[in-house]
Amino acid sequence: MFDQILQFLITGMTTGAIYALVALGFTIIYNASDVVNFAQGEFVMMGAMSTIFLAAGDNGLPIPLAAATSVVLVICVGILLQRFAIAPARGASVVTTIIITIGASIFLRGVALVIWGKDIQAMAHFSGEIPIHIGNATLLPQNLWVMGGTALMVLGVHYFFHHTMQGKAILACSYNRDAANLMGINVGLMMLVAYGLSALLGAMAGILVTPISFTSYDAGVMLGLKGFSAAILGGMGNPMGAVVGGLLLGLIESLAAGLISSGYKDAIGFIILLLVLFIRPSGLMGRRSSDRV
Amino acid sequence: MPSDALLRVDGLSTSYGPVEVMHNVSLEIQEGELVAIVGANGAGKTTLLRTISGLHRCHSGKISFAGSDITNSAAHTIVRSGICHVPEGRQVFAPLSVDDNLRLGAYTLRKDSEWVESEMARIYELFPILKEKWQLESGNLSGGQQQMLAIGRALLGHPKLLLLDEPSMGLAPLLVEEIFRIVQELNSKGVTILLVEQNARMALAVADRGYVLETGQIITSAPANELLNDEAVRKAYLGY
Repeated sequence: MFDQILQFLITGMTTGAIYALVALGFTIIYNASDVVNFAQGEFVMMGAMSTIFLAAGDNGLPIPLAAATSVVLVICVGILLQRFAIAPARGASVVTTIIITIGASIFLRGVALVIWGKDIQAMAHFSGEIPIHIGNATLLPQNLWVMGGTALMVLGVHYFFHHTMQGKAILACSYNRDAANLMGINVGLMMLVAYGLSALLGAMAGILVTPISFTSYDAGVMLGLKGFSAAILGGMGNPMGAVVGGLLLGLIESLAAGLISSGYKDAIGFIILLLVLFIRPSGLMGRRSSDRV
Repeated sequence: MPSDALLRVDGLSTSYGPVEVMHNVSLEIQEGELVAIVGANGAGKTTLLRTISGLHRCHSGKISFAGSDITNSAAHTIVRSGICHVPEGRQVFAPLSVDDNLRLGAYTLRKDSEWVESEMARIYELFPILKEKWQLESGNLSGGQQQMLAIGRALLGHPKLLLLDEPSMGLAPLLVEEIFRIVQELNSKGVTILLVEQNARMALAVADRGYVLETGQIITSAPANELLNDEAVRKAYLGY
């Protein structure tokens, strides 16, 4: 029984890490521009799809180079999304921007369908598929890649926002746009940086997890929803909350699938989300705003 | 008009949507001066400052600063030319610490870390209360402390011209005096200041010159002590 639980925890941590990265992407864009970007899952899908595409065939790029190229591509998509879909709608209501991002996600899915087709695509594991045994539980090297890569990126994001002036400048834009402008911060540019960063996290998540989970043109839909749930669970707007929310959601799903029924795993995840929201509407680590006038 | 004015505003008109709120406003500030603009609520004082610092566009007129035309330049580039604006209502970055707020004031100069550190030390000396609370979220400061933070933050932008919008708003009388003392001190150290105030008496008491703004037009301009003694100004803005 213990081994079984351990196995569920390993699986849960891996899925949870991916949810955490997607949730972090939601949080960065939400903090910078008050926009809930429902195209976040599409960043994940495009990162994976374009890597597979670039690495395919005899003349394909080696995986690291393909991955790096596709991350850059997805960052460009993020920046274009901000520049041509979000920026023109500045000052629009939250619902309007949500509709815009949903529209963008449908568009990106359509483009992916046209380019890469409907098939489910696989990616080679980064460093082999020889399982590592911990007691009777096993994990693949790729699980370690996912968890390690996520940890590095979370630390990187934390460092960026808490210890660099550029990061703080982005936060300043979200707290008070005019005042940030008066500090000499180019607010428009900072928005592009935020979207680019968010796209980078999404693409990396897709590249890390696809060897385990496969991908397809519509893989971003569920990942986007799960990442959004994780961000809400942790407390929308709190980056560390997003990470905790993601890991928690992954663990809950994995345990629910293993101990109850895999058919209900999504349902149980969403039920827990609803319960948390009933009891603590601001999420587990959400903060109440206490601005003093 | 001498042509070497630090700031020169010429025939400025601005609108909110279709409504023109400022009509043909002209003023100038010499280097080292402390100039006050007084006027009632809604006279267009804040709009004037926001137009000078680039937050609001004007549809006609010209603003030149230190010899170059800055009319309708982007706000974040105007800061670099040396105009720092302490906005109405302080506008500190509430969730960020006092220290971070100040450092963001030096955002355009962040590469010169030596200067930033020495300037930070100077600001903390000027406002000891901020040094005491440097790690605190700035949203938790009192109104007066936030005003000091907003002024300190603007000073870290190394201003040639400091725009102050209603620094006394919402503060207790004792703090108002403290803020005006600081404004005077800054000016005596060589910072050129354009001060906008509803508290006309205090503003004119510290200023060299004053302009009276009424419904978007400059109606009088004179040395501050003359305005203080002008009967019409006294009746309208000083209340005696």
